Amino acid sequence: MSTLSCRISAIDKAFGDNRVLRKLSLDLPAGTVTALMGANGAGKSTLVKILSGVHARDGGSIELLGAPFAPATPSQAIRAGVVTVHQNINDGVIPDLDVASNLMIDQLAERQYGFMIKRARLLAEASKVAARMGLDDIDVRTQVSELGVADRQLIAIARAMAHEPKLLILDEPTSSLSAAEAERLFTLIETLKSHGVAILYISHRMSDIRRIADRVVSMRDGEISGVFEGPEIDYEGAVQAMLGHRMTEVDITIPPAGQPVVSLRDVRLKVDSPAFSLDLGDNEIVVVTGLLGSGKTALAQALFGMAPPHAGTVLLDGKPFAPKSPGDAVRRGVFMSPKDRASNAVIQDFDLARNMTVPFLSRYGRLAFIDRRKERRTAQDMIDTLSIVCQSETDGIGTLSGGNQQKVMLGRWLAQPSRLLILDEPFQGVDIRARRDIGRKIRETARDRATLVLVAELDEAFEIADRIVVFHDHAAAAEFRNENIDVNAVLAAVTGSPADARGKSRQAA
Amino acid sequence: MSVDSTPDQTTGDGSATDALPQRRRATLVDHAIRYGFLGLLLGLIVFFSIFASGFAGPRSAVFIFQSVAITGILALGVTCTLVVGGFDLSIGSVATSSMMLAAYMMVILEQSAFVTILACLAMGAFIGLVNGLLIVKTKVPDLLATLGMMFLLVGLQRIPTEGRSIATGMTLPDGSTAEGTFSPFFLAMGRHRIDLVLENLIPVSVIFLIVIGILVWIFLEMTRHGRLMYAIGSNERAASLTGTNVNKYKIMAYMISGTLASVGGMLLAARLGRGDIASGTNLLLDAVAAALIGFAVLGAAKPNAFGTAMGALFVGILLQGLTMMNAPYYTQDFIKGLVLVIALVFTFSLSARKTGSH
Repeated sequence: MSTLSCRISAIDKAFGDNRVLRKLSLDLPAGTVTALMGANGAGKSTLVKILSGVHARDGGSIELLGAPFAPATPSQAIRAGVVTVHQNINDGVIPDLDVASNLMIDQLAERQYGFMIKRARLLAEASKVAARMGLDDIDVRTQVSELGVADRQLIAIARAMAHEPKLLILDEPTSSLSAAEAERLFTLIETLKSHGVAILYISHRMSDIRRIADRVVSMRDGEISGVFEGPEIDYEGAVQAMLGHRMTEVDITIPPAGQPVVSLRDVRLKVDSPAFSLDLGDNEIVVVTGLLGSGKTALAQALFGMAPPHAGTVLLDGKPFAPKSPGDAVRRGVFMSPKDRASNAVIQDFDLARNMTVPFLSRYGRLAFIDRRKERRTAQDMIDTLSIVCQSETDGIGTLSGGNQQKVMLGRWLAQPSRLLILDEPFQGVDIRARRDIGRKIRETARDRATLVLVAELDEAFEIADRIVVFHDHAAAAEFRNENIDVNAVLAAVTGSPADARGKSRQAA
Repeated sequence: MSVDSTPDQTTGDGSATDALPQRRRATLVDHAIRYGFLGLLLGLIVFFSIFASGFAGPRSAVFIFQSVAITGILALGVTCTLVVGGFDLSIGSVATSSMMLAAYMMVILEQSAFVTILACLAMGAFIGLVNGLLIVKTKVPDLLATLGMMFLLVGLQRIPTEGRSIATGMTLPDGSTAEGTFSPFFLAMGRHRIDLVLENLIPVSVIFLIVIGILVWIFLEMTRHGRLMYAIGSNERAASLTGTNVNKYKIMAYMISGTLASVGGMLLAARLGRGDIASGTNLLLDAVAAALIGFAVLGAAKPNAFGTAMGALFVGILLQGLTMMNAPYYTQDFIKGLVLVIALVFTFSLSARKTGSH
């Protein structure tokens, strides 16, 4: 705790008129995990990008172990000892190379490595790094493309460790890990801490922060809005400093469930998974939760015509429902907002309005022609109802923050009435305020349709569900009405038997 | 958290009270990127009007249009495949195949112009369909599928006549003489000129270019089909998850490309009045160049019909002006290549600016 690893003094950064960082100062002590919390748009990622050499700062200074630090490129930052593991796992690994090459890739990229690859030495050094990181169970000769998401994540972190960093930045490292895998990561972080590495841990997950952080720093509007340390960290205070108001519990009034809109009867999502039945009623919001690989996505894909279930029948309003394509499903009134919006939903070249209207273009104008005024009006209405923060409906989608992009994706499907609305991870990469907005909007519009929300985080489930269904092994394993709910019972259902959980999720990932 | 990419945002919002000099400079650069290419085009016209005698005038203008009519039509087709994120390398050989087919139909099979035109259009659409199916169903990458198709057609168009050009009076493989002739109506497509103010001013092929250009522009910019094709080109997976039939649109794009290429081939046959085995070799590269130069027009940074037409025109004006200033013919390809490279730098440094801050 005594030595200072990194001192950030009064740094500024602006993109055009947009001042993203305002005289931000922060100390990062060695051997300490500093959790950084901030809503989307608070400037977290800009801070990370400045530290990791992606962006140059406009003003202020940074000291690393007492020496001035101003990296011009990411590789300079790495060489100086600031190593970043980015949120997007595939940015951290090269799938077509084996584990050993991935772990050693930065050495390979250095000029003094020489022309030829020294295979034996490479394998030996990679094994050493892997062993140090507790990845002994992965064969370093395996192709990374054959590994699951969680293993890739650990490799990206292990790769970072090959540099013996002084400051390690982890950006949302647990976002695709199961509980057991996250625990493995935390053990790793504790090891690093004992070696005197300063760790900057960026996360939205309170449970992670409670588990791992020695101090919590809140960020808001480009400034540090609170530093919380000591034996008893004031987490509520940290959240308040981040949001400007206290976290309030969401009150759920469960409406009387209507007629079943969708009925799944003896459905098997995989050949060898157990059969289950599930009804989704009118006006009802059903949240399906479960670990990574528990079959949530398979359920969504079956209902949206992407991969039919292996057995069983699905009824929509009493009629057989077996869509052959997403287009088929949309025509029957089954809409889905997919997870991972950047790759599955956002159309980067389109502005906000055009992103919203993609599925229902035929409703904007006669014949095949698009009535742009009508299109804009729809977009403006949605901007108002979803309180999307933007300049106008012609903003490029890429200029919006994650939360606002997600709102656009939601607006895309709320613009027309549906029978079943599937929302796969609607709160992914979204700050708490946008999460509340989105949750409220989902609940407000839930009348006259069935809503199926798939989330991994229980907090999110409690915030919006009428009914929570826990998935395990590609089938509904337990069901809870979201009223005086016993969190521990839900948790127990989610994890199944703890020894089993890790094996399952790794296998499926 | 990103740099504003549209220049007109400064005027719209009242919050930008403290307009920074930096911002103004950025707007200036944005304007330069947006209108730079059209400005260059204008400058070129002014330059040649002053220094190349006889450049300024309706006849010269029409000549330029005529010189780019066929490549322009092909380029509009390839633009459609670029919009869905594909590429059609077979357009040049589709056009020459269409030319040979037209000559074969009329000279050897002695068919009417109407039947000939239908046959050529059907062939172009069919080749597009095959290209599309190869790409969509058998998952052959677009460049490779259409490259294969290009080779196949280059060979195929020579088989019926054993590698010879087709003209009235030629000796057929069986020893007889080809008696058929090109129908006057068909020839008029490539040769007739319409009176407009001046006598015999506008060639029919130029009207073809303008009409097709407007149709493709309307289709891509104003209809939902065009919009969805752009969506597919930008994020295919996202488009398919909104319920768009991605495969259908991709096949359609290649069919449009093939059909337009066959139109270009017919115009070529009508202009030449024979099925010339040696002509049309430059069509592919010129058309692709026009479509890619089009990326830079109005800072679109994406394939678009207006840009493609401007790209074709740009190349046409440049070559015509240089020819009139007595630049040797063999420098033409070099200049085309240079323009293309500059336009691509324009386009891609621009899109890097647009997305670089994320």
